[in-house]
Amino acid sequence: MEKVKVEICCGTACYLLGAANMMDIEDKLPAEWSGKVEIEAKPCLELCERENLGGAPYVRINDTEVMAQATPDKLLTRIGELLGGAA
Amino acid sequence: MLNGSTFIRRELLIRIVRAFDSGSLESEIDQIPVKLRPKNEPSSRCCVYHDRAILKYRLMALLGISVEEEIDETKPLSAYYAEKAWTAEGEAAKPKTPLSVCGPACSGCPDARVVSTQNCRGCFARPCVYNCPKKAIEVVDGHSVIDQKLCIKCGKCIAACPYNAIVKTTVPCEEACPVGAIKKNELGVAEIDFEKCIFCGKCFNACPFAAVMERSQLVDVLAAMKRGEKLVAMIAPAAEKQFPGKIEQLLTACAKAGFSDVMEVALGAEKTTAHETAEFIERMEKNPNTFMTTSCCPAWVNLAWKHLPDLVEHVSLTPSPMVYAREIVKEKDPSAKTVFIGPCVAKRSEARRKDVDYVLSFEELGAILAGRKIDVIACEPWPVARPADPTARNYARSCGVTDAVLAEATAKIPGFKLNAKQINGIDKKTCTMIKLHASGKIPVNFLEVMACPGGCQNGPCSLVK
Ligand code: SF4
Ligand code: SF4
Ligand code: FES
Repeated sequence: MEKVKVEICCGTACYLLGAANMMDIEDKLPAEWSGKVEIEAKPCLELCERENLGGAPYVRINDTEVMAQATPDKLLTRIGELLGGAA
Repeated sequence: MLNGSTFIRRELLIRIVRAFDSGSLESEIDQIPVKLRPKNEPSSRCCVYHDRAILKYRLMALLGISVEEEIDETKPLSAYYAEKAWTAEGEAAKPKTPLSVCGPACSGCPDARVVSTQNCRGCFARPCVYNCPKKAIEVVDGHSVIDQKLCIKCGKCIAACPYNAIVKTTVPCEEACPVGAIKKNELGVAEIDFEKCIFCGKCFNACPFAAVMERSQLVDVLAAMKRGEKLVAMIAPAAEKQFPGKIEQLLTACAKAGFSDVMEVALGAEKTTAHETAEFIERMEKNPNTFMTTSCCPAWVNLAWKHLPDLVEHVSLTPSPMVYAREIVKEKDPSAKTVFIGPCVAKRSEARRKDVDYVLSFEELGAILAGRKIDVIACEPWPVARPADPTARNYARSCGVTDAVLAEATAKIPGFKLNAKQINGIDKKTCTMIKLHASGKIPVNFLEVMACPGGCQNGPCSLVK
């Protein structure tokens, strides 16, 4: 994949339940991914209500994929997978 | 930092707010433990039933009820809630002790010991044996064994072993407490001696089983809002960087959440700076050989009062930023009630003394915002009349008060010299340091004491450290 779009939910529920630890994820991206990963902090993605709180924090990847209980490590691994051989 | 116990506490807090707002807290609260730990699903402890029992106690503490005071084990949470809803005002709204130890959650950690582990290779050089000042170590069957009766836990053997074979286990809460206030009782369950406790909150952070819990005023605040009372949110300077967005956005978020007015406690800190500087100059004029300590950290003030009586006269008499913030609120509207929002356990004890009506932690404020679907980053900045002085916002950092007082004093008296020192975090070691100051052996005239290393920004209830 050429480019990965990552939307980190910074709604207050996700923030309290773990997104606070992901705010600096941009600094953790390997140099060779530069320009290929677009990271955005978003207000509530409306998943905490629909799915459940236990699944927070939520991250949306490439508009369609939802990662529940996201952590910086899980997120970095997934981005790596999506970038595939390109990374 | 987030861990399993913080996660569950925050989840419970958000659920409480949501249930309260939908008017169903009383009918739902007894079901929360079961919903969170359904049968046939993984448990955090031995089984889901133990988990549920402890969740009940957590919810009790979140309702502001002391677990130690439980008399009737069969009394459901809904009954506690029903009682509490009528007496949200006055004394009942203010828990006498801000902390509570949940006996069933306490694992009764084994007493501190230095022990040899499987890593021991029974080597030839045996540096552990040679370095032990008490001759407590013997090698039996090719394995080092420490005689617990002789061991003084000095740790020399730990440092000597190249295989890291010797470890020290501790009772985390006892180890963390600077004043020996938390101890296991005859049943092996931790108990806090509130005569000694300075409410620094270190045990609250240290216990890996989250057995030390804060008694929350969250539901009291929600109930007061519902009764239509005017509640003013006073946001501590430590709020900076605790939530996404700027402090001004956080103020707007609070207003949206139902507070009648909002302010930064840093505006109170400006007054503390002015008065504390004047007090300091006056004290030095009277006696240049004495010293003064700061008074804004309530855990420090508690420490002085309870454990260092010789030092009390040196503690500044200037009220803390929270107290001045309350004054500002009351001048504007005497009927308003004040809610201090910060990262501190000890502020709960100070608030009680100083007539601040409620204290919420950042976490509890976060739960209100999350429950009411308010995102700080989506809020416009609050139109503050003027932003607080940067030196006042800096109160949340170690050195912040010193810098503020120095700046104020040099503005008044050019060339003013401050011989300052900071106690950056209260622990057993720094307690001894502070005592040395009392004996006058260390030549300083201004001693800043903060119970939390780095200052309030690393308070026991801060969201990001
Ligand atoms: S740290 Fe203290 S309170 Fe926590 S489980 Fe161990 S003994 Fe109990
Ligand atoms: S709050 Fe502080 S002083 Fe009180 S028991 Fe816990 S660690 Fe000790
Ligand atoms: S706060 Fe993240 S989905 Fe609602």
